[in-house]
Amino acid sequence: MSYTAATIQLLSPEGSLVDSDAGAEYRQYIDELTDDQLREFHRQMVVIRAFDMEATNLQRQGQMALWVPSLGQEAAQVGSAFATRPQDHIFPAYREHVIARIRGVDPVDIIRMMRGVTHGGWNPAEHNNLHIYTLVIGSQTLHATGYAMGVKFDGASGTGDLDKDIATVVYFGDGATSQGDVSEALIFAASYQTSQLFFLQNNHWAISVPVTRQSPVPLYLRPSGFGIPGVQIDGNDVLASYAVSRKNLDETRVGGGPRFIEALTYRMGAHTSSDDPTKYRTNAEVQFWQERDPIARFETYLRSLGADDAFFAELAEEAADVAADTRKRTLEVVPPPNEFIFQNVYSEPHPRIDEQREWLAQYEASFGSDA
Amino acid sequence: MSIETMPLSKAINAGLRKAMQDDPKVLLMGEDIGPLGGVFRVTEGLSAEFGTGRVLDTPLAESGIIGTAIGLAMRGYRPVCEIQFEGFIYPGFDQITSQLAKLTFRHEGALSMPIVIRVPYGGHIGAVEHHQESPEAYFAHTAGLRVVSPSTPNDAYWMIQESIASNDPVMFFEPKSRYWPRGEVDVERNPLPLHATAVAREGSEVTVIGHGAMVTTLLQAADIAAEEGTSIEVLDLRSISPIDWEPILASVRKTGRLVVAQEAPGFVSVASEIAATVTERAFYSLESPVLRVTGFDTPFPPAKLESVYLPDADRVLEAVDRALAY
Ligand SMILES: Cc1ncc(C[n+]2csc(CCOP(=O)(O)OP(=O)(O)O)c2C)c(N)n1
Ligand SMILES: [Mg+2]
Repeated sequence: MSYTAATIQLLSPEGSLVDSDAGAEYRQYIDELTDDQLREFHRQMVVIRAFDMEATNLQRQGQMALWVPSLGQEAAQVGSAFATRPQDHIFPAYREHVIARIRGVDPVDIIRMMRGVTHGGWNPAEHNNLHIYTLVIGSQTLHATGYAMGVKFDGASGTGDLDKDIATVVYFGDGATSQGDVSEALIFAASYQTSQLFFLQNNHWAISVPVTRQSPVPLYLRPSGFGIPGVQIDGNDVLASYAVSRKNLDETRVGGGPRFIEALTYRMGAHTSSDDPTKYRTNAEVQFWQERDPIARFETYLRSLGADDAFFAELAEEAADVAADTRKRTLEVVPPPNEFIFQNVYSEPHPRIDEQREWLAQYEASFGSDA
Repeated sequence: MSIETMPLSKAINAGLRKAMQDDPKVLLMGEDIGPLGGVFRVTEGLSAEFGTGRVLDTPLAESGIIGTAIGLAMRGYRPVCEIQFEGFIYPGFDQITSQLAKLTFRHEGALSMPIVIRVPYGGHIGAVEHHQESPEAYFAHTAGLRVVSPSTPNDAYWMIQESIASNDPVMFFEPKSRYWPRGEVDVERNPLPLHATAVAREGSEVTVIGHGAMVTTLLQAADIAAEEGTSIEVLDLRSISPIDWEPILASVRKTGRLVVAQEAPGFVSVASEIAATVTERAFYSLESPVLRVTGFDTPFPPAKLESVYLPDADRVLEAVDRALAY
């Protein structure tokens, strides 16, 4: 429904490799992948889907205020995450669960945010430079650009060393492209020629608003006016997501200037657990995308490479274990102490905070020990 | 008299419908306000009824929404903008405070800006960051904006229509935790002007005042106090800018004590303004200092701590006791 002639696809929805002129320059990146790496792609997609469904169930059972499913967007996320190098910095929006997991974040830390015990969840410096989620649409694009400017000023990108030069990746949605912040990020990135990849997951909806409301032309064309090359990929093709991201990341990291990828994908679930997509989209559309499911096609591909039933059975078991473990540990999450309200509001002592912390402690104490 | 029972969200919906029927220049703008009816369903059915030319499901950009509303108003329209949650108003802050608020002044009266900005605000809904805050003071601090907040379905029904009829920009803060409880709406008789403070419950010993969802907490506190033999008068501020001082001063002259409560942080806030003004204007009537019960001067915490952060009836009563102890 939204693929264009320019869409790069390396793996068809039927699960076979696509030979096209447009894809040719990316094929080498696929050819370099080992069987183990390919299986790891699949493993991450399957496991996160199981996690996601479990989280959805937990939300329904009242264990979380909100859940933001990533169902259907696994390939766009897994491919691009594996395309990063360890030194890279990643600025997610709020739906990039598997990217966080690949960079070492415990997905239960994402649940902790949705469960209302933290506004953050992890320290990026201890989680392979995976920055925390941003809920205000588009804001993180500027943070990523500023980070990449700093990297450049420090001489930590653009030296030509693929294993050292830092690239910064920022994830955002089709709705976000309408925010002024995103245009400003493109302007700064272009102006300072940052080593940066703008990774747009066009899942076709911003809650109930179709992408056509945000842009009458394909969004990969947007950055060209800013002086940044854009490319459109089939975001449900994990190989395209990997290869196109890998190439662009390695080109930008060594000083080739900022890059932009539009990954065409689809939000198979609701926007969040609070949403009711039957109010605004058709079954036919959902079905169209179901037929282009990222996981099903990759399973077919892996089978054609020799992966057997035992591999998939083992993987299903692992996914079920992760889901069960997620449930168990979610139920064990404890609310923070009252004190948490006052901690880290400032990094240095502040008299008003001290006064109010003290007031609350005394107030709570006034109810006695059985309060 | 024609009384209908409905929740506050539906009362705003009914008020919007009435305003749109009465004036073809009224249009709605916002994210997800079309087929979805807004994330709180406040605009449900309006897109189907009035068409996409009058209910604009906009691109995702708050600065864009407010900025184009300004242009539409210059062209003679009366836009009613919905901000999805209070925490997402800030991309539009420049357009609201530097542009919208000042255009009448800059045009030396040659232009008016009849724009309403509807903002669901406040806590008690257990939501994630940016979805539970109370930013009304930022806007009350800005000259040129009128700022109101209904607490009942009846007020919501009438105040939204009065706001749309106003030739000045109105920030219309909707207490989202009050969207669902039902209340009676008199669809024939408008009880009070837009900027009036109302007596929500009469009492004699202490006056408590608040706006939005806080009024419910104050009424609970008054119930508890009544059982304990203390008579509390509850005022519903309704209008944050301007403030209707006379009912507040009259109540303080009667009770001699005032407690001001709000969900927002207390520092440089609506409560500060009320405390200062009442002290200036009713000093000799006061038996105790005006006390404030507010959210802490911290970011709104993760939802599991909201009940600690938000003033509840106990915290209000603690202040009432202190006021009585002077
Ligand atoms: C500045 C701002 N405005 C509004 C919202 C409310 N909101 C949350 S998600 C969303 C839609 C985002 O769509 P998109 O950028 O396509 O990302 P997706 O959710 O589809 O991944 C909206 C409007 C917000 N979070 N921030
Ligand atoms: Mg989207």
